[in-house]
Amino acid sequence: MEEAIKVDSLVTHYGERQILKNISFTVLRGQTTVILGGSGCGKSTLLKHLIGLLQPTSGKILINDNNIAGMREEEMNEVRKKMGVLFQGAALLNSMTLADNVALPLREHTKLEESTIQIMVRMKLDLVGLSGFEHFYPSQLSGGMKKRAGLARAMALDPDFLFFDEPSAGLDPVTAAGLDQLILKLRNVFKVTIVVVTHELPSLFMIADHVIMLDMGEIIFAGTLDELQISEHPRVRMFLERKPEAEEYSPEDYFKFIAGD
Amino acid sequence: MRSIAEAFFGAVGRRTLASFRSLHDTSKLINTTFYWAVIAPFKGKAIRFHASVSEIVKTGYNSIPIVSVIAFFVGIILALQAAYQLRKLGALIYVASLVGVSVTRELGPILTAIIVAGRSGSAFAAEIGSMKAAEEVDALVSMGINPVRFLVVPKLIALMLMLPALTIIADGIGLFGGFFLAVTALGIHPYNYLQQTTSSLVLKDVFTGLVKALTFGAVITIVGAYQGFKVEGGAEEVGRRTTASVVISIFMVIVFDLFFTAIFFYFT
Repeated sequence: MEEAIKVDSLVTHYGERQILKNISFTVLRGQTTVILGGSGCGKSTLLKHLIGLLQPTSGKILINDNNIAGMREEEMNEVRKKMGVLFQGAALLNSMTLADNVALPLREHTKLEESTIQIMVRMKLDLVGLSGFEHFYPSQLSGGMKKRAGLARAMALDPDFLFFDEPSAGLDPVTAAGLDQLILKLRNVFKVTIVVVTHELPSLFMIADHVIMLDMGEIIFAGTLDELQISEHPRVRMFLERKPEAEEYSPEDYFKFIAGD
Repeated sequence: MRSIAEAFFGAVGRRTLASFRSLHDTSKLINTTFYWAVIAPFKGKAIRFHASVSEIVKTGYNSIPIVSVIAFFVGIILALQAAYQLRKLGALIYVASLVGVSVTRELGPILTAIIVAGRSGSAFAAEIGSMKAAEEVDALVSMGINPVRFLVVPKLIALMLMLPALTIIADGIGLFGGFFLAVTALGIHPYNYLQQTTSSLVLKDVFTGLVKALTFGAVITIVGAYQGFKVEGGAEEVGRRTTASVVISIFMVIVFDLFFTAIFFYFT
């Protein structure tokens, strides 16, 4: 299968601290790739690099064979038109109605007639099950509805790529499952290449074709879902079996630590 | 001993680097803002007209009542304070000159700027800051929309149009405040007062005030936007940055006021 995104020896820092340590992987076209990992493993940072919000210290990020690392803003904006992003809190513009939010990329990047835009907005909202909510403001919606609306906006320009930052975070299991269904539908019907960052196991098993697991800024697993389940890597097993971190200190060590010697 | 020296130079270095960084970020913001406001429209990237109009209403039209009331009171206060001294000299009529010149050259522009900094500069910082905290700014970038063009340029246009406009209103009402006090409490004849005002005021006085107001509009917008974009954390930082935006924009308004007053004093 064709490679859609290729990340090559990506290294990145926040100030002095190294966050991603020489990461390489590929995302295949038309598949859902889940980037898995615990809090603070660098997965959100990785996502921000993939969508061009952060620039890496070194390494390449090829999207449709264009290296977006160090790309000029105007060129990057052309690449971004092929991408849709659903942020963790949906990131809808609170000052605008849902219809205006979804219409925003269309108004900014196309020269379509207003009547056409209205039709497309209704189509996109219908796709995510929000018909009839055109004139609602984001503050009037529930968390799940906001995410769906955010997805409608991400789909506005019919992108090749969709990126999801923790799609099920803060949602109840039923709403989260509904969103997962929607992600599956988008992959199956529109053949979109999807990258999802999550730490939710139920979501992972429902949507993933391919899994990349990060730990402390390094890839510790890359493969299919089946391969993940038989992986012998201790950190992978801990994650899948929901085992807590081992106690860092023995009681004696802890006493020494707080006593300061 | 070494550790004290180390700590001292370390602190100096960190402060210096931090202030260079914020200077760099500010000039970058100014650069980007004026690019999108002045150059980009000629490249077919239109300014957001509706957003600009809505900012004009919010920052300009809605400030008219408060600007008017304050200008009126300040006009009265100026006339009273002037009369307190001038009465002793029997030169009460010069209240008109003093009120006229100080309102148009100085107090009209600066009071308007301070009110607008408090009302709109803080609102800019809070709006952009909370959008930054809610990843809305990132969302704009990821949609290929420049956040400066989308958020800052309409505000810049609104303030650069509205601050001079509000200043004209403040000038007019401030003059009327002085006039009102002079004819009622000081017993100056209305005709004499108006005569004295027109003879002591020249167009240059009003004009220099408006040049100041134009600059203050840009200063308040840039400070508010800068503080907003600097928000990294959550609601608490939005509050802190909002406060900072008011304090810094009032400070910067006064710095620019000093600068322009000095220039006008020596070169006109």
